[in-house]
Amino acid sequence: MTSEEIKDLILEIIEDIDDEADFENLNPDEPLRDQLDLDSMDFLDIVMELRKRHQLQIPEEDYPNLATLNSCATYLEPLLRNV
Amino acid sequence: MPVPFSQISEKYDIVVIGSGLGGLTAANRLAYCGHRVLLLEHHHRLGGLATWFKRKGHIFDISLHGFPYGMVKTCKKYWNKAIMGSIVQLKNIVFDNPQFSLQTTFDKEDFTHILETVFKIPLSTINRFFTLVSGMNFYDDQSMTTRELFEEFFPGRTDIHRFLMEPITYANGSTLDDPAITYGIVFSNFMNRGVFTFVGGTDKLIGMMADELEKNGVTICTKVKVENIIVEKGRVRGIEAHGKTVTTRAVVSNSGITNTIYNLTDRDAFSDEFLEKAAKIRVNNSSCQVYMGIRDGEKIDDVGDLLFTSTAPEFNSTELLDKETKSKTFSIYYPRTRPGLNRYTIVASMNSRYEDWIKLDDKSYQAEKDALIARSLKDLNRYLPGVAQKIDWTEAATPRTFNRYTLHTKGTSFGTKFEGLDVSRTIFKEVAGLFHVGSVGIIMSGWLGAINYGVIVSNDVDSYLRS
Repeated sequence: MTSEEIKDLILEIIEDIDDEADFENLNPDEPLRDQLDLDSMDFLDIVMELRKRHQLQIPEEDYPNLATLNSCATYLEPLLRNV
Repeated sequence: MPVPFSQISEKYDIVVIGSGLGGLTAANRLAYCGHRVLLLEHHHRLGGLATWFKRKGHIFDISLHGFPYGMVKTCKKYWNKAIMGSIVQLKNIVFDNPQFSLQTTFDKEDFTHILETVFKIPLSTINRFFTLVSGMNFYDDQSMTTRELFEEFFPGRTDIHRFLMEPITYANGSTLDDPAITYGIVFSNFMNRGVFTFVGGTDKLIGMMADELEKNGVTICTKVKVENIIVEKGRVRGIEAHGKTVTTRAVVSNSGITNTIYNLTDRDAFSDEFLEKAAKIRVNNSSCQVYMGIRDGEKIDDVGDLLFTSTAPEFNSTELLDKETKSKTFSIYYPRTRPGLNRYTIVASMNSRYEDWIKLDDKSYQAEKDALIARSLKDLNRYLPGVAQKIDWTEAATPRTFNRYTLHTKGTSFGTKFEGLDVSRTIFKEVAGLFHVGSVGIIMSGWLGAINYGVIVSNDVDSYLRS
């Protein structure tokens, strides 16, 4: 997966969590939590969905890497390279 | 429909023991993740403490008193949109005690207004208080108690302490001496938007959840009490019930953390260090309830949805637990609660100690229950004069009743105190494949806490099974 594909994947998962999420003015370098009103349960959902779809195991200490859209892409790119 | 235990397979990916809201949610979530799940419940119906019973055409809800708005999102994400769509606000929350009498929507805006205009607190103090409590996390420092928190912001104001604390004591059994975070997290959840309920009642909710579980392929057996969790070489291998062994890689126990450790699992499975930690777990208090049904065809006035009442001069955690407490909550269910069933029911709830009730012989137990009913009717009469003449069913539940139906240690209705959370969260590090979900640590309790905790634990289970 490319960095862009990973960002699309994350947004697709967030849309499943909240179908009213508005990505229009999303800043990829700002925390997703503040911009999309996500809580810690939503981040757990993202982790579970990544595991379900791509067998990815993300340890709890790595959760901060999922803070922004760009940090997601940076963190996940090596893990999803062969997908 | 539940399946007879004799007809189930010999092997599942996961066995969930107990069908409280945490167990139900874990089962649903893990089935969604693609696992084969078996759900076992000792009682004849699902729901644990989220339950109800029928008498003389009345349906009495045990724990449907009001939950935070967070349930809307949680039900949508982890159950379905129909369940989410049945959640409505309870707009009339009443306080009545010797220090103040008022009505509120129980949200931040209204509480701010009341604290400013009724209790004469400067807006800046109120805002600082809300900012602090809404920023609390369960992993924060827990050395500050709720009492210290209140004293810092509202020194000597026992009226405000009561206003802020009384509902939360009924919601999660916490006291002024518990960590302030156990107060702040739960209080903030309510302050977000107010108090909500489920239209159709607990029976409808649990029925919808059972349908969803079946749709997702969960095998459900009721009236099956698990005797033993089989652990070999530090790993879960299965469970035993009714003389039958079911093989599984993972067990999610929703049977109470103390039951899980002491009654379901062999002690040798745990390290001494872990058992030492477990020995320090204090279970929370239990409850007494009085159920009152209004005769078919009769009506009562709308005096509020949830009434926090007391004739005790000040709020006092010990007074609230006394067998003859002067403090109780009335949950009033109007016909709008169960559209189609044109009935009014009232449930009086009090916090209570198991120890006060277990020691009574049969005769004095009955007499104490009758006295409890009489006190509740007398208190209710203050809000609904002459109501006793309209009531055609009264019944009392005590900590013994809660123990009998839920099997909870000492009949606890709020799980454990704070230390239970860590033991629950780390049990799978002691025994591979053994997980616990249920009310622990005060914060993971109530309907919303139980469901969300079911999701958190499901993540651990899914991660374990896929590793």
